[in-house]
Amino acid sequence: MATLNPEELNSPVLEIDAEAVKKELLEKYPTKVARKRAKQIVINEIDPEGAVPEIQSNVRTTPGLIGQRGCTYAGCKGVVLGPTRDIVNITHGPIGCGFYSWLTRRNQTKPKGPDDHNFMMYCFSTDMQEEQIVFGGEKKLKQAIQEAYDLFKPKAIGVFATCPVGLIGDDVHAVAREMKEKLGDCNVFGFSCEGYKGVSQSAGHHIANNGVFSHIVGLDDLVREGKFKINMLGEYNIGGDAFEIERLFEDCGITLISTFSGNSSYDNFANSHTADLNLIMCHRSINYVAEMMETKFGIPWIKVNFIGAEATAKSLRKIAAYFENPELTGKVEEVIDREMPAVEQVREEVKAKCQGKRAMLFVGGSRAHHYQELFREIGMETIAAGYEFAHRDDYEGRQVLPGLKVDADSRNIEELHVDADPERYRPRVSPEQIARLEESGLKLKDYAGMMQEMKSGALVIDDISQFETEKLIDLYRPDIICAGIKEKYAIQKSGVPMKQLHSYDSGGPYAGFRGAINFWREIDRMVNSKVWKYLKAPWQENPELAAKYVWE
Amino acid sequence: MLLRHTSNDIKERKALTINPAKTCQPIGAMYAALGIHKCLPHSHGSQGCYAYHRSTLTRHYKEPVMAATSAFTEGASVFGGQANLLQAINNIFSVYEPEVIAVHTTCLSETIGDDIPQIIAKARDEGKIPAGKYVIHANTPSYVGTHVTGFANMVKGMVDYFAQANGHKENWINIIPGYVEPCDMEEIKRIAGELGVPSIMFPDTSEVLNGPQTGRFHMFPAGGVTTADLIRTGAAVGTVALGRLASGPAARALDTKCKVPCEILDLPIGLQATDAFIDTMRQIAGVTVPDSLNIERGRLLDVITDMHQYFFGRKVALAGDPDQLIALTQFLVDIDMCPIHIVTGTPGKKFEARIKEITKEVPYPVNVRAGGDMFLLHQWIRNERVDLLMGNTYLKYVARDEDIPLVRCGFPILDRIGHSYFPTVGYRGGLRLLEKILDAILDRQDRDAPEERFELVM
Repeated sequence: MATLNPEELNSPVLEIDAEAVKKELLEKYPTKVARKRAKQIVINEIDPEGAVPEIQSNVRTTPGLIGQRGCTYAGCKGVVLGPTRDIVNITHGPIGCGFYSWLTRRNQTKPKGPDDHNFMMYCFSTDMQEEQIVFGGEKKLKQAIQEAYDLFKPKAIGVFATCPVGLIGDDVHAVAREMKEKLGDCNVFGFSCEGYKGVSQSAGHHIANNGVFSHIVGLDDLVREGKFKINMLGEYNIGGDAFEIERLFEDCGITLISTFSGNSSYDNFANSHTADLNLIMCHRSINYVAEMMETKFGIPWIKVNFIGAEATAKSLRKIAAYFENPELTGKVEEVIDREMPAVEQVREEVKAKCQGKRAMLFVGGSRAHHYQELFREIGMETIAAGYEFAHRDDYEGRQVLPGLKVDADSRNIEELHVDADPERYRPRVSPEQIARLEESGLKLKDYAGMMQEMKSGALVIDDISQFETEKLIDLYRPDIICAGIKEKYAIQKSGVPMKQLHSYDSGGPYAGFRGAINFWREIDRMVNSKVWKYLKAPWQENPELAAKYVWE
Repeated sequence: MLLRHTSNDIKERKALTINPAKTCQPIGAMYAALGIHKCLPHSHGSQGCYAYHRSTLTRHYKEPVMAATSAFTEGASVFGGQANLLQAINNIFSVYEPEVIAVHTTCLSETIGDDIPQIIAKARDEGKIPAGKYVIHANTPSYVGTHVTGFANMVKGMVDYFAQANGHKENWINIIPGYVEPCDMEEIKRIAGELGVPSIMFPDTSEVLNGPQTGRFHMFPAGGVTTADLIRTGAAVGTVALGRLASGPAARALDTKCKVPCEILDLPIGLQATDAFIDTMRQIAGVTVPDSLNIERGRLLDVITDMHQYFFGRKVALAGDPDQLIALTQFLVDIDMCPIHIVTGTPGKKFEARIKEITKEVPYPVNVRAGGDMFLLHQWIRNERVDLLMGNTYLKYVARDEDIPLVRCGFPILDRIGHSYFPTVGYRGGLRLLEKILDAILDRQDRDAPEERFELVM
């Protein structure tokens, strides 16, 4: 129902000529900028073989253009490690970076008991001063780690380098090693996530993946009970998404070993290599860990999507298909049957009011894809979409990976060399099983990307600028735009409702079955709001004067 | 408990800041630059800086916050950011067409030592700055001072680049409003208007960061001080600078550069500081204070006398910026409340001395710390409980854990509205502060009163 058939995919998206729109988006740019942006603005087209056009992505943002992207530190400390509750995350740098990433992403977490560690409400920083810039900050960093340890006795301390740290040559890794040794019972590790590295947050995700994999994953070999053991990767529990997914797993009898990293704990990371399957939600931010866990421990991964009711059902069925267990399949079907009536009821109700309305999504590295499904389920069409920091594989599918050229900016980000663990490598599926699964339609290590599921003629725009956003609003007048906080009010001032898909504004969860219901009600509230009718005062609607001070 | 790891046992920390009561310079510079009409603030650093600053300002104001970045990558960090800034200047003027680009630096560009005036000169030589348009700058290294310093530096930058003496003194007064909300700037202008004193306010974020919903987005909203007015500041009869830390440097620079004398006052928050502001304006301009302002003052006094029993003796803990805290602490003391724990993240011994002077008659030991953090404030509170908290949104975690009412003030306020619409400066602002304090205290009294002592009339 929610997936488009080939005919639909090839029907034109709109009466507006996408080529003309693209031309208008580029017209005002200086020549060099226009030439570059032209490769990042693509009109979608799916050929009969399923191939989509090439889109340039994961390249430098043009200075001065005003875009959405943040930095490597934000991707590392903010996105991936931000949701961890029992690691003391110390920002090594001037105060700003730590301050801005303090509780602003709406990651929820629920420690098991009142005495369990939960440092998420705290911001820790070395608050670097000029003295450290001139003479080095390692001494202060060591002292800060010692003070954090003395005060809180955490299991682990993470150290995050900000821009000046790399420039002045502080070695956060050496300091971390020294302090780990000194403290004895506290795992200390550093991340070289200086903001200038890479071209976006994406580099920070990779650095965080490397760090978590090298320093935590595999530290605890305890095999926990449970039949169907999985890890959930790339789910950050914004607005409680992970809680809803956890509920479904529990009801299906699926044992969640660890989430990376929403509602996560350090011990679960350490234990995550004992799982039998990795699920990837946000492909962009976390596929590195999945790949490395497969190489080292033999755990395969599949791409899932819990955004959208149909998508959730499909993802649960994928998990069941992987384990090839009738009991699990039965449980999964039971849960889907139980959840769907409520979902259907709301879907029909909302669809009646939203059908035919048009959305634009410019966000993240996976959400611009995932949320199209939710809109489609209520009859809304995505006429333009793009990622903030994704790579070509997220747009076009993983088949482009072998041909990707690694540019200078990406080369700066370390690729860990990983080998199979001599003792603990254990392939979870045999080659025959893989073939059998593929036959039944379950492809491991596969992500087809966003463009495969968008209509021909829809615009796909990478790293969109403020200027382009304004133009699109003028040309298309969409019914809703989804992006982030920086874009929100400029869009709404234009009279178009705007839904944040990083932090969900104040809403959520939007994952799973209950999440779909929440999202649809929210979109209904927004696109059918009466507030937009009041933009003009009566005297602006009818400015002509009739008479003065005459009451009849 | 949300802040479950905060113990009563206070250990002096030398290296670790926990729960800062400050942020970094560039965000203050960005905010100040938004107070110039048709100006696009520009962050010369990696794109994370402007993303964070825009996000934080947007969450605080719930308004568009436009700014650009030099988007440093590793190459720029090694070879310098000149090429990036030149490209940015060219692109910004071509695409967004502001009248002014206000560049501020970051820890990154400061550490590598980029020379901004030299780059601006090069941009001009290369024809990248269209005729009649401006690129100005302020150095705002994040590892020196705080967001307040950054604000002050950018405001001083406005003087450095624009102010011109014209040989004689004109009859207007410059007002530097300090690091306050758009509505506060509006209110200060209104008071000057009531006094009948022609004035130029800079920066002026009113109608920039509290703009109307009209169904049309304007990249450059109606508000902001014009460049023409900024140039004229050099010919003013005098400058009234509000808030020593945020406004002092610009006021002194005007004096040095254009011989415009200045009076540097506390922010006009509360009775005495507003009195001082109006009295100074009156004397400089040689005007009589109109009855309208006397009535406003009388109303504020009236509420203080009417509700004094609820203020008297209540202990308060505050976190915020020095200029605000000084005026606010004075106001609390004036109404017989007892500010006993006061923290700012901004360093400065003068601040501590000033607060001690203001609170010397408070009948309790008073803790004050410049360069402190909210972890320390929380620990003080756990050792000596207060009846009220005043500070930014981050204090809500302390408020919940300790079950103490919170009046939100300062920056950032991420979870309520009002701060950009209803001023806290002037006598009317004082009234609003009292209303908020009373609401918090009386709601708490209503919640906690035993049934037999629950009051209808309060």
